[in-house]
Amino acid sequence: MFLDRFWANTINGLSYGSIYALVALGYTLVYGVLQLINFAHSEIFVIGVFGVYFTFLALGFQPGQTPNVPLAGIIANLVLAGAVGMILAGVAAVILERVAYRPLRKRNAPRLAFLITAIGASFVIQQVFRITRGSNPEGTIRLLPPEPLFRIFGAPVTNLQVIIILAALALFVVADTFVNRTRLGRGVRAVAQDPATATLMGVNRERVIMITFLLGGLLAGAAALFYLMTIPQGAVFNGGFLLGIKAFAAAVLGGIGNLRGALLGGLILGIAENYGQSLFGGDWRDVVAFVLLVGVLMFRPTGILGESLGKARV
Amino acid sequence: MSLLQLSDVNVAYGRIQALRGISLTVQEGQIVSLIGANGAGKTTTMKTISGLLGLQSGSMTFDGEDLTKVRADLRVRKGICQVPEGRGIFPGMTVLENLDMGGFVRSDRRSKEFADDQERAFTYFPRLAERRHQVGGTLSGGEQQMLAIGRALMARPRLLLLDEPSMGLAPQFIQQIFRVIEDINREGVTVLLVEQNATQALGLAHQAYVLETGEVTRSGPGSELLADPTIQDAYLGVS
Ligand SMILES: Nc1ncnc2c1ncn2[C@@H]1O[C@H](COP(=O)(O)OP(=O)(O)OP(=O)(O)O)[C@@H](O)[C@H]1O
Ligand SMILES: [Mg+2]
Repeated sequence: MFLDRFWANTINGLSYGSIYALVALGYTLVYGVLQLINFAHSEIFVIGVFGVYFTFLALGFQPGQTPNVPLAGIIANLVLAGAVGMILAGVAAVILERVAYRPLRKRNAPRLAFLITAIGASFVIQQVFRITRGSNPEGTIRLLPPEPLFRIFGAPVTNLQVIIILAALALFVVADTFVNRTRLGRGVRAVAQDPATATLMGVNRERVIMITFLLGGLLAGAAALFYLMTIPQGAVFNGGFLLGIKAFAAAVLGGIGNLRGALLGGLILGIAENYGQSLFGGDWRDVVAFVLLVGVLMFRPTGILGESLGKARV
Repeated sequence: MSLLQLSDVNVAYGRIQALRGISLTVQEGQIVSLIGANGAGKTTTMKTISGLLGLQSGSMTFDGEDLTKVRADLRVRKGICQVPEGRGIFPGMTVLENLDMGGFVRSDRRSKEFADDQERAFTYFPRLAERRHQVGGTLSGGEQQMLAIGRALMARPRLLLLDEPSMGLAPQFIQQIFRVIEDINREGVTVLLVEQNATQALGLAHQAYVLETGEVTRSGPGSELLADPTIQDAYLGVS
């Protein structure tokens, strides 16, 4: 059974893992720069999900109906919805930073205060969605039904999987290039490695922090689109909870603070989860992720690739 | 002409008063040394000038402009570069990347001059040349100190703040560092130097200040303080 579905699980895992990876990048970027676990990042993702969902509605797609639009039109609509989700999530992340974290930073608050604030902010955003949209998931809108495109070792690969995996990789390359190859990105790494010295070099730390949250939010918004394409009934107030925890686990698995680690961690987690489900049954799917995390941390306490934006390359 | 002027500056860490009414002047083109025992407030003075610390009261001008109004990260654009105590090398960046960070505020980062400036760091410190692709965290302490100085020069400073550049270095490296400091000064860079190594620091200083528990207790030309018996007693280890 497991062997029969090995390749199908691998491909499905890569597709889910891409979504985890994009969200994990947000955790890892913020952690790298502020040593803060931004627990509200999962809700930034949810804001992206609703942004995508409402764009679908605004574009005239209705729950339960199969759209009668040519493929090019569908793709254009998906791109548009994704862009809206990214912008909303990015802006929300920047506002979150301004409203929740910056005041604490100005007061030199202890680290625990940041953590509590993060949990509080996460709760507030969740409840806002619950109060305004209710506890039930939004109706199912599926723009692009999954269809097998080709086979790898007999396992079908769907159009959705191809789009998601390739788009996520492309976004990762953009983020990685930004951090490692651009001047501003080097400023981000400098703040992550030594904030005081970065200031002495002329890096504006506040600006770096803002850009970090923005980038994390944009990536979470893109993840939101891929998530809704995979799970069209996923727009719900607490839809970020489990996914957020898994993405955070993925970031830790790969080495928190490390962009490549987040990608690797996300993909490994996605695949492992699918293998676990196939080996032990669906109830074990979410357990596998954490067993894997604990297992890896026992042998590599700083994750597979080690911690922090470049620090661990030493 | 005075490039940097501090008058009656007070700085505190919470309740701990670290600087009490410090006044000092750095003339353009000079090497000014600041000596004092551990905890006297030397590093605090440097951080106040570079903007990492704010001041409670007093005034601070650079080139006639009120420096207290200039945000810390913008002071390097004015020409103030600090080599921090403990060197502050970015551990995950290579030697070249660290040098590149030094020139972060420059707009000509793809130009020939920029590359030439990087090469100049290697001329000052040939040891770094062979290690240009090694990450900062794996350099030895002395190599890191050289890199920190080279990096600060990348911003083309008018005023270079050096906080204990000889700390933890072998004697032959100390000689090299002090030689380079004089070279840099000869090229027109004003230097404010904090040192435990008082003999050396006073030896090359045009002007020097002695700091004791947050107050300036003595000042004068370096050679004058070097010859002073009370200074010799307290800081030079000769009796
Ligand atoms: N972050 C801080 N919080 C509280 N007190 C501090 C802090 N940094 C320095 N101090 C105190 O301020 C005083 C001056 O410290 P400073 O680092 O300026 O001394 P220094 O002259 O550079 O000494 P050293 O030669 O040991 O480097 C010391 O008494 C020190 O304990
Ligand atoms: Mg000191």
